[in-house]
Amino acid sequence: MSQVQMSRPKTAADEPTVSPALPTADQQFATVAVHAGEARQKPGDSITDPIFCASTYTFENTQSIIDFIEQDQQREEYGRYGNPGERVVERKLAALEGGEDAVLYSSGMAALVGLLMAKLSAGDEVIFFDECYHRSREFCTKHLGRFGVTTRQVKTCDYAAMEAAITPKTRMLISESPTNPHLSVIDLERFAEIGRKRGVDTLIDATLATPYNLRPIAAGIDFVLHSATKYLGGHNDLLAGTVIGSKEKMEPVRNLRGIMGAVNGPQNCYLLGRGLKTFELRMQRHNENGMMVAEFLAGHPRIERVYYPGLPSHPYYEIARKTMRGFGGLVTFLVKDADWRATADVIDAVKIPRIAPSLGGVESLIEQPLVMSYYQQTPEARKQFGIYDNMIRMSCGIESADDLIADLGQALDATA
Amino acid sequence: MQFRTRAIHVGNEPCPQTGAVVPPLHLATTFVQPGAGEWGEFDYSRSGNPTRKAFETTLASLEGGVGALAFSTGMAATHCVIASLKSGDHVVAGSDIYGGSYRLLHKIANRAGINVTLVDTNDLAKVEAAITPATKLVWIESPGNPRMSITDIDACAKLAHRHGALLGIDSTFATPVLTRPLELGADIVMHSATKYIGGHSDAMGGALVVRDAALLKELYFVQNATGAVMGPLESYLCSRGLKTLELRVREQCRTAQALAEWLASHPRVARVLYPGLSGHPGHELAHRQMGGQFGAMMSFEIRGDLAAGKRFAESTKLFSLAVSLGAVESLIEQPASMSHASYDATDRAKHGIADGLIRLSVGLEAFEDLRDDLESAFAAV
Repeated sequence: MSQVQMSRPKTAADEPTVSPALPTADQQFATVAVHAGEARQKPGDSITDPIFCASTYTFENTQSIIDFIEQDQQREEYGRYGNPGERVVERKLAALEGGEDAVLYSSGMAALVGLLMAKLSAGDEVIFFDECYHRSREFCTKHLGRFGVTTRQVKTCDYAAMEAAITPKTRMLISESPTNPHLSVIDLERFAEIGRKRGVDTLIDATLATPYNLRPIAAGIDFVLHSATKYLGGHNDLLAGTVIGSKEKMEPVRNLRGIMGAVNGPQNCYLLGRGLKTFELRMQRHNENGMMVAEFLAGHPRIERVYYPGLPSHPYYEIARKTMRGFGGLVTFLVKDADWRATADVIDAVKIPRIAPSLGGVESLIEQPLVMSYYQQTPEARKQFGIYDNMIRMSCGIESADDLIADLGQALDATA
Repeated sequence: MQFRTRAIHVGNEPCPQTGAVVPPLHLATTFVQPGAGEWGEFDYSRSGNPTRKAFETTLASLEGGVGALAFSTGMAATHCVIASLKSGDHVVAGSDIYGGSYRLLHKIANRAGINVTLVDTNDLAKVEAAITPATKLVWIESPGNPRMSITDIDACAKLAHRHGALLGIDSTFATPVLTRPLELGADIVMHSATKYIGGHSDAMGGALVVRDAALLKELYFVQNATGAVMGPLESYLCSRGLKTLELRVREQCRTAQALAEWLASHPRVARVLYPGLSGHPGHELAHRQMGGQFGAMMSFEIRGDLAAGKRFAESTKLFSLAVSLGAVESLIEQPASMSHASYDATDRAKHGIADGLIRLSVGLEAFEDLRDDLESAFAAV
């Protein structure tokens, strides 16, 4: 008997135990969203995939365990290494993104941590553009440092500064696109080229764009990350995260997830897959609503500035127009001559969007970054990150744009 | 608020205790009461459940009703209406209705002494002629199943009311996106929520929505007494489905219209039954009653025998061979051998359900992919 060793965790791109649906290369996005990753004939002949709640999987006898190990068989073993429903949604995510392998996590932050922990060692350096989700920044600056990893921040879209910051120890270049909450849009090909030229991996957190609006892998980016809690799940009722990349680059990432264990639950995986079936329709509506709300706000006398990549006034409008299919549902804006309290009054006066963190669901959400995410920061820190007292961030859901605009209008009028 | 905003917000107020933007899923079978003999809003889950109530509230708003009742299946919803009748009552029902409704009326309701007459509800004179002094209910489907016949809801409501009967309509194919029968005078709207409302082929459910509070109370009494209520998880999934209902239905209609036009000009197709085609007998009425879209269900007859129809239905790769309809996945079936097998053979022939008839439920896939799939199935026959 050969030495017993840990089995290689299977990748989403591996042959599933049942034959997958049609090849997806020649299918349109909507069809991919409904069918990709799924077997044509599913267990029990169900039209939808069953939810496997099992934590572990049985072997018929001792020899079948040995065969599993020695022959590297594709089958389930233990829930932390994979679940049939999770594999379905991973394959679907990979197909939508145009990547080889997607690894699913229990949240977007778990995905970021999982990727970085798999790719970095003590002494390594990462560089990221400074406009980003504050918890991503916190993990990189406070926690990676504890493991001997150095983090450098450079000004968003300052490609020369990023390139200049690269040292022989640099392992990863990181950015969001669009960024949160300023919605700056990265020139992905330029970003990817810097990484390729210097032999450094590139990571784009494309949560705000989604694979419907942006194709980072086609632009040469190595890893795409999503908080799938947002547009991919789409219903504000599950947490999930994913990293997508080539099979080769994802293998250590998948291996480490099997050890760290930040896997998603079977019910969540099912709801995520269910949400993806209407993904194109929802994104089209989010894009329409985002654009209409941004245009309304841009023309409103009480608004000082609107950050939305679909507006010609946006500093990155040209690159957004060239690289994005739509501009998403997130709109950030500044209320004219308003202090933080007068800005809060506008938020408190809206009736349809709920006041809550998060974004990307069918329900519109609204928040004041100062209060929601930067309340405990010093004014200097807020200024450094471009978080103004009069800033509001709204995630446009898929309600009627007319209703959203009328609601924002009445809130702005009532608090004028 | 507009339809799609109500679909997301009405009945889905954030949880007052936690602020959860999506109300929690209440699996509880029973609820703690304020005191002995004092009753809270919910007592026992058959009588009422917060998650079910949320779904009922949203659906009632979308249909423009005073209230809705959610059931374990569409048949349980229809059965609730029938169970509110009594021995000696008479029902006039459409001849182009779901096979399960036909079976309920002819093989179950008759045991309770409830009599049924089937008529072509396109012909109002025939409907009126079938009404007797004992007629308590006129039951129609529009679009009908599987021939996609369109019935004039407004005219049927006036006719039924003139004779002291209620008008009930199975509006599963139309959904409240396309038709709101209560606004046209119907008394009861029935849905198989398994179809477009749930929309993802993963929850069984039925619903009744009514215009009148007294009728709601009466139907609720029957529901509570007989117990075929929708489960909490299904209620949750149906609520989740309602949030994208308008997007899904409108997109599915657009794709169906394009497929129907393509099929109508296909040399292998003898005829297409789709109300969106100008040659369909119900086209004008459908245009008026369905607001310019015509649903995502269609039937067509291919040139060839029964075996050819069977081979065709078995040859598609994107359309799955299965009964049911209304979901994101496209489905194909042969009514004579599947959805309408519970009709007697003679009634099938009489009501135009040919052996070569193929029924499609058009899902959310792209038109081009579905068209190519059907074309390859033609090639395989």
